[in-house]
Amino acid sequence: MAPKLPIYMDNHATTRVDPRVLEAMLPYFGEEFGNAASRSHVFGWNAERAVEQAREQVAAAIGASGREIVWTSGATESDNLAIKGAAEFYRDRGNHIITAVTEHKAVLDTCKRLEKSGFEVTYLPVERDGRVNPQAVADALTDRTIVVSIMLANNEVGTINPVAEIGQAVKARGAVFHVDAVQGVGKIPFDVASAHADLVSLSAHKMYGPKGVGALYVRRKPRVRITPIIDGGGHERGMRSGTLNVPGIVGFGKAAEISAAEMAEESKRLLALRERLRLGIEARVTDTVLNGSLEYRLPGSLNMSFAYVEGEALMMALKDVAVSSGSACTSASLEPSYVLRAMGVPVEMAHTSIRFGLGRFNTEEEVDYVIDLVAQKVKKLREMSPLWEMAQSGVDIKSIQWAGQR
Amino acid sequence: MAYSGKVIDHYENPRNVGSLDKDAPNVGTGLVGAPACGDVMKLQIQVSDSGVIEDAKFKTFGCGSAIASSSLATEWIKGMTLEQAMSVRNTQIVQELSLPPVKIHCSVLAEDAIKSAIADYRRKQRGSQAQVGQA
Repeated sequence: MAPKLPIYMDNHATTRVDPRVLEAMLPYFGEEFGNAASRSHVFGWNAERAVEQAREQVAAAIGASGREIVWTSGATESDNLAIKGAAEFYRDRGNHIITAVTEHKAVLDTCKRLEKSGFEVTYLPVERDGRVNPQAVADALTDRTIVVSIMLANNEVGTINPVAEIGQAVKARGAVFHVDAVQGVGKIPFDVASAHADLVSLSAHKMYGPKGVGALYVRRKPRVRITPIIDGGGHERGMRSGTLNVPGIVGFGKAAEISAAEMAEESKRLLALRERLRLGIEARVTDTVLNGSLEYRLPGSLNMSFAYVEGEALMMALKDVAVSSGSACTSASLEPSYVLRAMGVPVEMAHTSIRFGLGRFNTEEEVDYVIDLVAQKVKKLREMSPLWEMAQSGVDIKSIQWAGQR
Repeated sequence: MAYSGKVIDHYENPRNVGSLDKDAPNVGTGLVGAPACGDVMKLQIQVSDSGVIEDAKFKTFGCGSAIASSSLATEWIKGMTLEQAMSVRNTQIVQELSLPPVKIHCSVLAEDAIKSAIADYRRKQRGSQAQVGQA
């Protein structure tokens, strides 16, 4: 049976709100509209109770206590609050920050901002599979290092970092360890104790919750302190002022609870779908390259380069399938993916990459449809590609002196 | 990126995809761009004795607007004299396809491809005349 079009396979960008999550949220748009900070009436009390229940649900998903969860507007804010907040608070201990080149822009641009105000940042390289080497972190740590920020799993290539080993190295030197866990939590096992994490960024909409709500885990034992970046009414124990997004928080709580409860089964199913997609494409299309690690990879993540076919052109050809590309042509900068480049993927191959993100609502029928479509469209575009023609006639493309080569 | 209907039409139904015999004396080949930049265009022209482009073919590695720009270029130059084809400007391609600013380089590449194919043809013609002279 042909699947319903369009097909959504971009679950690293965002996920659909689970109907169970939506159902939990609805009352808080209606009669339960109270402000969780209102202490003097039942409307406020009900909102506060709902927020506190969600706090427990989100905390439980990462092995934390509810009192360690600070609500934010999303992971970008969580990353900013964690890194700027800890850097500012511990400034008298040092000015050195460590992160990795493949981190999300919310981390990298935050670090760049801090460099302008006197902090020194080490941007660690990654291995070919995209992993950060814990020894590289250990070697980069100095007595002046106050914050280390490393992601749990990469949004572009799905590579999972050895955060437990990294955390151990960081704690051995007494620095604060921040983990951007947005892509991993709810998909792979993660808890703050085994990761030795002090600060953890989370986002609801990557785990079938609503957009516009996130959280920052802030360790209490031993206590980690951050300076707030938003001032106001002193909400969230002074760490993040602003009236709480009650329906969003309720949805986040429900989404976290479902993801934690169903992770074991869901990750098995997604891994099977991902492998069906990968092997199906590899059986039908020659000259593909898997980007990232096969072993240390999020179950729903597939990132492939299709030699001789430009990524954006292929995305256009897959018009009823929502995917994304590391091609330059999809960005305003005309530079291909910095993540792929940092992993040593040659620039011409980075231009040909496609990211497929499988999620809770994808089906086998959809995967089979996409395999067919990819095989068909890559063939068509290769017939139009001068590079494919050269490769087929035995010309070594690298031997050609290309004009304007960077 | 939201493309104009014309880009999508050329992308989905590209005109004149293919190759001409690059060794033929009346065929000029232009190969511009670079794989590392994400765009490579091969544009070929077949020129009649009277200096008219009687056929044009292209192959392009690149995004949708690169493919559309080269498809449009081949469509336009077919039937033109070499002089007329030399005067095709990238801005005309931008206008016809309503290319957004970030895609203007695709039209520049198409203009370069035309000029490069004509230069190759002229080089071949000079070469063969020189050979005739020597004989």
